[in-house]
Amino acid sequence: MSQLSERPQQAVVGLPLPHESAALHVTGKALYTDDLVVRTRDVLHAWPVQSPHAHAEITALRVERAYDVPGVVRVLTGADVPGVNDAGVKHDEPLFPTEAMFYGHAICWVLGESLEAARLGAAAVEVEYKPLPSLVTVREAIAAGSFQGTGRHLSRGDVDEAFRDAEHVFHGEFEFAGQEHFYLETHVALSLVDEAGQIFVQSSTQHPSETQEIVGHVLGVPSHEVTVQCLRMGGGFGGKEMQPHGFAAIAALGATLTGRPVRLRLNRTQDMTMSGKRHGFHSEWRAGFDGEGHLVALDATLTADGGWSLDLSEPVLARAMCHLDNAYWIPNVRVDGRIAKTNKTSQTAFRGFGGPQGMIVVEDILGRCAPLLGYDGIELRRRNLYRLNDTTPYGQPVRHADRLESCWSQVSENGDVVRRRAEIERFNAEHPHRKRALAMTPVKFGISFNLTAFNQAGALVHVYKDGSVLINHGGTEMGQGLHTKMLQVAATTLGVPLARVRLAPTRTDKVPNTSATAASSGADLNGAAIKNACEQIRERLEQVAGGRLGISPRDVRFVDGSVRGLTFDGESLRWEEVVHDAYMQRVQLWAAGFYRTEGLHWDANAMRGEPFKYFAYGVAAAEVEVDGFSGAYTLRRVDIVHDVGDSLSPLIDVGQIEGGFVQGAGWLTLEDLRWDESDGPHRGRLATQAASTYKLPSFSEMPAEFNVRLLEKAHEDGAVYGSKAVGEPPLMLAFSVREALRQAAAAFGPSGTSVDLPSPATPEAVYWALEQARSSVRVEQLEASGV
Amino acid sequence: MSTTIHPEPQLDRSITVNGSPTALGNVAVHTTALDWLRDRGLTGAKEGCAEGECGACSVLVARPGTDTPTEWTAVNACLLPVASLDGQEVITSEGLGSPADLHPVQQELAVRGGSQCGFCTPGFVCSMAAEFYRSGRTTANGHRDHEHGPNGFDLHALSGNLCRCTGYRPIRDAAYALGEPTADDALAARRLAPPPPPAATAMEVDGAEFLRPAELDDVLELLAESPEAQIVAGSTDVGVEVNIRGVRKPLIVAIDRLSALREFDFGPDEVRIGAAMTLSEIERLLKGRVPLLAQLFPQFASRLIRNGATIGGNLGTASPIGDTPPALLALEASLVLASRRGERVVPLADYFTGYRQTSKAPDELIRSVLIPLPLEPLTAFHKIAKRRFDDISSVAVGYAVDVEDGVVRRARIGLGGVAATPLRARATEDALIGRPWTERTVREAAAVMAAEGTPMDDHRASASYRSAMLGQSLLRFYAENASREEASA
Repeated sequence: MSQLSERPQQAVVGLPLPHESAALHVTGKALYTDDLVVRTRDVLHAWPVQSPHAHAEITALRVERAYDVPGVVRVLTGADVPGVNDAGVKHDEPLFPTEAMFYGHAICWVLGESLEAARLGAAAVEVEYKPLPSLVTVREAIAAGSFQGTGRHLSRGDVDEAFRDAEHVFHGEFEFAGQEHFYLETHVALSLVDEAGQIFVQSSTQHPSETQEIVGHVLGVPSHEVTVQCLRMGGGFGGKEMQPHGFAAIAALGATLTGRPVRLRLNRTQDMTMSGKRHGFHSEWRAGFDGEGHLVALDATLTADGGWSLDLSEPVLARAMCHLDNAYWIPNVRVDGRIAKTNKTSQTAFRGFGGPQGMIVVEDILGRCAPLLGYDGIELRRRNLYRLNDTTPYGQPVRHADRLESCWSQVSENGDVVRRRAEIERFNAEHPHRKRALAMTPVKFGISFNLTAFNQAGALVHVYKDGSVLINHGGTEMGQGLHTKMLQVAATTLGVPLARVRLAPTRTDKVPNTSATAASSGADLNGAAIKNACEQIRERLEQVAGGRLGISPRDVRFVDGSVRGLTFDGESLRWEEVVHDAYMQRVQLWAAGFYRTEGLHWDANAMRGEPFKYFAYGVAAAEVEVDGFSGAYTLRRVDIVHDVGDSLSPLIDVGQIEGGFVQGAGWLTLEDLRWDESDGPHRGRLATQAASTYKLPSFSEMPAEFNVRLLEKAHEDGAVYGSKAVGEPPLMLAFSVREALRQAAAAFGPSGTSVDLPSPATPEAVYWALEQARSSVRVEQLEASGV
Repeated sequence: MSTTIHPEPQLDRSITVNGSPTALGNVAVHTTALDWLRDRGLTGAKEGCAEGECGACSVLVARPGTDTPTEWTAVNACLLPVASLDGQEVITSEGLGSPADLHPVQQELAVRGGSQCGFCTPGFVCSMAAEFYRSGRTTANGHRDHEHGPNGFDLHALSGNLCRCTGYRPIRDAAYALGEPTADDALAARRLAPPPPPAATAMEVDGAEFLRPAELDDVLELLAESPEAQIVAGSTDVGVEVNIRGVRKPLIVAIDRLSALREFDFGPDEVRIGAAMTLSEIERLLKGRVPLLAQLFPQFASRLIRNGATIGGNLGTASPIGDTPPALLALEASLVLASRRGERVVPLADYFTGYRQTSKAPDELIRSVLIPLPLEPLTAFHKIAKRRFDDISSVAVGYAVDVEDGVVRRARIGLGGVAATPLRARATEDALIGRPWTERTVREAAAVMAAEGTPMDDHRASASYRSAMLGQSLLRFYAENASREEASA
């Protein structure tokens, strides 16, 4: 067991604690960025002027009329930018564009004494556009050869030979939709300038350091003149990893120009029409199976719909390609990946970060091919699972692959799957208008940023003279319970009760150069950094306590606020006494901690290496019932066993699993992004730009019965206190819902029916699928060729 | 504008918030209750969508109850003009409890992992508290399914609240773990006294007016004089216009507390429902006596919306995708339209004249809805939507059919979502009436029904799905009722 993963006695990690802010959440006392506005004097409000064209040259911009509107204070345009006119790090996202690249693109911003004044001011700004041809769908972009960034290629084995030898070869094409984050709190920033001209930006951001960097480059000032703070976010899900920067920069620019605090908060429509989403993809594939249902060859081309600028599309694509295998051993693989450039919002990180988009392709293949191969989906998937000593197509050993089988058999057992499948068969025979189905799908998800440099973190831990502890780290809280876990890590490492530890909001002037709180890595990285800082302090205190107790410092133990020797019978000191002594002895009581994930290497060009510290595993079984009249369905029961290592905080982790699952089910079944693809005047407009038209899962989508268990004895040697990351992997457990819907639709037809199911599988999509099955025509026979 | 029907603006307008009278102040008349609360530092309620879909803005208002004089009613603060709360009592999440002294609802949510990011949480707290205080919650529980707790908690109370983090399971567990209010619970006790009476509000700010006349005659007078006046009741539709489309009307007239518009009578020949009754109130007063409507209510938007939305409002907006018109068309309902010129009764089938156009004159107000009795024995409401709770229909169908001796004697079918107006499926009705109630008849009629209306493609559904759903709906109606005609025969 490694020093990083070993847990001491009476560890505070592992206790099922509620969210550290729970009492503030439920009483409405928890503050979010926009709640600070009423607590700040003389705030100006910002409103954008948005493009009504998917693609157009801006031939004239006249702002004078806006100043005629009472309460308008300032219109911000490109001419106001003292530094770099760019909202990103790739210099392809002008903060103030001269060419509107998508419908809703912000051309300029109006600052007003009230939001109403800013809104009316924006309406008074005159913009002349010269419309240009636009590409709205990924298919249009492919046809036009419109790509951006670097295309990638990943391969292993001899795919051509494998196809020649394969018993069955199928091919298909599959285009699937993206997803709106719909964090309940929209993008928001509040910026102030202090007496020395320093910029203070409060931002709802998952990446304060990068927000700081972008604000700095837009204003043309060094990073030490900009401080970014994030109290907490009302949800992030990846949508606030890259996208907050430009909004923060506008607020900061406004504050420097007017000398007054500037608030920029997008309303829901602005947020949905301006900010990036999960990438939709187009895929083309060919899959070869042997006579026993083993997937022996896979050839796929993935095209990510990147939108108008690169943003995080390249790493999203890389992760998609690295997760095409999901949890399956495929000896021969060839994957080509590319990023389409379209006139849409710039698509970005979203929980899973391309992983779901890679995995859906192989799950779709297995779901479509299973009936054609004569297997049910459960059996076909199980026989393709990775085994110990297998490696991924990019060359990383699949450590702990046996956990897939453990999760699978536990779900099968806990979920009483055999009995229920027999019941479902009886039910279906008796009910012509309703069909049920149960599907099981696995998840294997790589943990670490693909880009090795991001796998570092810092922390700052203060022990005050009275023994109270204040921790600060580079991670941000967006509801995932990171701060709760970090408090538990600090209390565990210092051996003090949880109540002795307090956590201060994330700020760039406390811990610099942080990575985004993303890639599920928040607890791994920041937890290890906090542990490192706490250990430095503890080691110093061991010296002090050892002296007082007359024992070797190595034998000093810190447990629940008392300090004593290895054995329980000797003298013990209170934590506060030792801290006091240390201060009197002029021992440093605070420390900066640092952590870098060891053992990673990745050749991004060759797409080979070991980019992940470990894999997180899980298996889900989902049972659905589909109404044959409408395609409407209910999720009857879900059973999950998921591997979070030895959990740092079980209540938090179960919450992440359940929430991720439902969010994934939303993506796959309900959430329906529609863009105007017509040639009409609103071409490129997001048609589903509000909660009334873009439907998230509500209570009605929650499984009626929802059983989540954590895989036991799941110690992860390489991570803080033996835990594993949990933010993203459970989202992909929702493939079980999609596959169950596919099977239920197929049950309306003769056995052996292969169903081609769009994503999202809305009731309408399911209806057409079951209609095809019902009409007893074999649904789109995937061409079985013996090439 | 100044006539006698415009009451004198008063300066002491105030709202009792969390027990403290708070001056309404000189705010613009379109100001929402949410913005007003937040500007006063009560930032617990949040804006998540500004159109009554997410519930992050939910607060409690003391409203007239059906079982107790006052009911703590959860509403979307983002939709309500704050002026409409003049003289009223409001409770927010901050007023329910504090971190040191959590309300039972807050306690259960906090310890069970019911909050993650916490942004939606204050809204959930208020919606859940409304159900916690619902009179007769534990006694009148006929349901035992996963949408109803052992404590009588109806999960539909939370159907208007969205959470993007938890997946809802811990929130449901918290709701189902709630006990009864304790004997010293002040909010429970408050239900036993009457709610604050409606204030005769008259606000004029920056040339725009918000008026709440005390009498129906005053409203009709106003409408005669200013037919362009914006009538608001629950403001669940107008609030969206204000927030999303920036609509700023110079004259807003609130009618939701007028007693003349709040009549309810279940007589021998008809049911009379005042136009300003909310959907929630009607649901409680009808107690299932109009089965078609009982089937409709849980599918009509969310509890938060039903607590504000009125039946008159749903008909007044004349949306082709409103939920009540298909049901009321099937029930052969009529409307009583009132104006200074008098009252007239218009069959609902003659009321809708075009896209959001009606036969109601600009100076007329819907006073009540009449549903003739007796009801047909076979009824159903089918709503096709992406989501089971809180969604707008792609297609909605209301049925009222009488089958005697195996023959269809009467059939009325109302449709929504398939044309510019709600409409009656006359051709389908004709294909059923006088024919034997058999699968063959229904299959033929379903083919006719699939061709009713002129459905279109949009982000909710394709035209072909809408057409298919019409036919499928009739097949489903038959499948659900094939055996029931024997009982009525």
